[in-house]
Amino acid sequence: MSSAVQTYSDTTSAVFGRLTWDSFPFHDPIILGTFAVVALGGLALVAALTRYKVWGYLWTEWFTSIDHKRIGVMYMILGIIMLLRGFADAIMMRLHQAMAFGDATGYLPPHHYDQIFTAHGVIMIFFVAMPFVVGLMNYIVPLQIGARDVAFPFLNNFSFWMTASGAILIMLSLFVGEFAKSGWLAYPPLTGILQSPGVGVDYYIWSLQIAGVGTLLSGVNFVVTIVKMRAPGMTMMKMPVFTWTALCTNILIVAAFPILTAVLALLSLDRYMDFNFFTNDLGGNAMMYVNLIWIWGHPEVYILILPIFGVFSEIVSTYSGKRLFGYSSMVYATVVITVLSYLVWLHHFFTMGSGATVNSFFGITTMIISIPTGAKIFNWLFTMYRGRIQFEVPMLWTVGFMVTFVIGGMTGVLLAVPPADFVLHNSLFLIAHFHNVIIGGVVFGVFAAITYWYPKVTGYKLDPFWGKCSFWFWLIGFYAAFMPLYVLGLMGVTRRMSHFEDMSLQIWFQVAAVGAFLIGLGILCFLIQLYVSFKKRESLRDESGDPWNGRTLEWSTTSPPPQYNFAFTPQVHENDAWWQMKQQGFQPPKEGFLPIHMPKNTAAGMVLAGLATVFGFAMIWYVWWLAAASFGALILGAIIHTFNYKRDYYIPAEDVATVENQRGEVLA
Amino acid sequence: MSDHHEHHGHHEHAEEAPHSSFKGYMIGFVASVILTAIPFWMVMSDVLDSRNATILIILGFAVVQIVVHMIYFLHMDFQSQGGWTMLSLIFTVVLLFITLFGSLWVMYHMNVNMMPSMMGGADGMP
Repeated sequence: MSSAVQTYSDTTSAVFGRLTWDSFPFHDPIILGTFAVVALGGLALVAALTRYKVWGYLWTEWFTSIDHKRIGVMYMILGIIMLLRGFADAIMMRLHQAMAFGDATGYLPPHHYDQIFTAHGVIMIFFVAMPFVVGLMNYIVPLQIGARDVAFPFLNNFSFWMTASGAILIMLSLFVGEFAKSGWLAYPPLTGILQSPGVGVDYYIWSLQIAGVGTLLSGVNFVVTIVKMRAPGMTMMKMPVFTWTALCTNILIVAAFPILTAVLALLSLDRYMDFNFFTNDLGGNAMMYVNLIWIWGHPEVYILILPIFGVFSEIVSTYSGKRLFGYSSMVYATVVITVLSYLVWLHHFFTMGSGATVNSFFGITTMIISIPTGAKIFNWLFTMYRGRIQFEVPMLWTVGFMVTFVIGGMTGVLLAVPPADFVLHNSLFLIAHFHNVIIGGVVFGVFAAITYWYPKVTGYKLDPFWGKCSFWFWLIGFYAAFMPLYVLGLMGVTRRMSHFEDMSLQIWFQVAAVGAFLIGLGILCFLIQLYVSFKKRESLRDESGDPWNGRTLEWSTTSPPPQYNFAFTPQVHENDAWWQMKQQGFQPPKEGFLPIHMPKNTAAGMVLAGLATVFGFAMIWYVWWLAAASFGALILGAIIHTFNYKRDYYIPAEDVATVENQRGEVLA
Repeated sequence: MSDHHEHHGHHEHAEEAPHSSFKGYMIGFVASVILTAIPFWMVMSDVLDSRNATILIILGFAVVQIVVHMIYFLHMDFQSQGGWTMLSLIFTVVLLFITLFGSLWVMYHMNVNMMPSMMGGADGMP
């Protein structure tokens, strides 16, 4: 495309672009070994799926499904798979840092180590936390508001496959070429074409751009769903708190993600077309990139944590057997956080040199945003106060969250003081802080949510023994892994180092490595829990659809809910709609069923996202003809799909009656 | 998806149709053309001596143009969709304001402090 690009890359051929045999890491035993394991595992999986003839089932019931429940589960599975990848990166870093002292160089060459910490950050945020959060919203929100699906069911399927497409590209970078060596936000000028001529940054850009389309569209989808599709009687102030937090999160997504898209597009122009937005000369200014990406980046952390606040609100009130303390203050706190999250971005680069006026403004806004968050903690505590608390596994995660998150929040307020930040910026103290809030907040919350809603999804509870094992390994492992980093950070150790000279620091890194290993056991226990619970599903089965004596509408359906969620749209009168229905002796109707209008499955989302993957891959490797062809096919495919008028069908009233009466018999 | 069917879901029907008319679209179109032509003419025939004044006037025309688009093409007013369009517009404007002026403020400081050669001295910091 441009002649300068050709100078920086080695050679580009017309057919394969930059892709040559050297792009495959035959020389690196670690990657080759990983590849062998992944390839064999993948082949075994494919063979097993073929042998048991589940391809057709997967295709018709899952891949092409536009049922929000199926899509939600697929998001969660994507999150779990990518969690394993992201955690593998984490344990490699911890092992390496525990070893690489003095004369020992560790087992990872620096260029490999740099790719690992970049991949760890990118994967954990974009392909673990985001799919988990979006997956939870997908499954729960329509059920909580009494809707039969989201507003745009096809778009939902397309969003999922675009996210998966980004994940596929990032996994591909492990075996074809390399990943960025730049840290998870890819600051220029390091990520400019001069300093990073390889494909790593391009993998970063295109996987995030493609996944970003999915995230943005699902944001639009959920805003419309929550605003327009609530059951009659459910006014804004009668929505469940999880739905409220989901609404605010999706507003944040819609407002923030275009900034990420724009800033990555500018970086792409720099890299592909010789533009000079962020270069060192010709008027470029790399500081603008840092400014812009954090205007997206700070709302992003609230995109992750807000729905989790909603999860904990539901869990605390259910297991305390009380309505949530301070519902309206919870809602206002959420809305205030939504707006304030746009006013704090500069605290990520106090040290870049803005001066006292700017730094004190953003320092103060950062401290202010901790107030509504603190209010939420008090609301949860007061909900538990004098409640009849059942310490089921989700409640354990919740208490673990409250303790851990408060510590993380306090170190965050500490970092919000600009002079303190000048000492702690880019140190391991910062690393400990954000892992403290993301693991203690988002990860604990996701595990709590999985345990809480699992019986709704599958019809049987998760085995509590392995859940408790997982919780305690995670909790202890977290403290063992990250408290040493606080200490090291206070001593001035910076992040992203692949080698240390000072032997006295080694013991702290060894403790942290043990902690990471314990977290690994926690993840293992979680996987065992899934397996054991499946094996014991008959004894763990829940017939009622309401195993925890829940309060919100999702518990009024069967477990798993029928395809259409609700035979009759529920009428809402109060805050905890299902609780009130139970109080008044609600009986599911036995007759008068109507045919239900449902959207039809379609392969279009998967096909379009597949084309997007090919497009991304072609752009990364400068295979221009393939990029043009796949982009053309993508546009054409989208247009063709708009002419598909066979998008809906009716579930006959008799079928609805059969399903509903079966449930009546079970309950009776 | 199911707008045209008699068994529509519970959510689609309650809203009033956007009040679009041929007249409305024509007003919007003609206004847009005029609002584009004037800045074009101002630049092409160097009407004003001051470049900054020209830029400011063009910005003014752009803002008016945005409003024209919102009223005549996006059919926005204070009542539509139960006030949600207005609310989201206000939210968008607030965020745009924060992003633009925040970035200008931050980048001005950055340039003064960190790029003295470009801004002519590091001591202009407020």
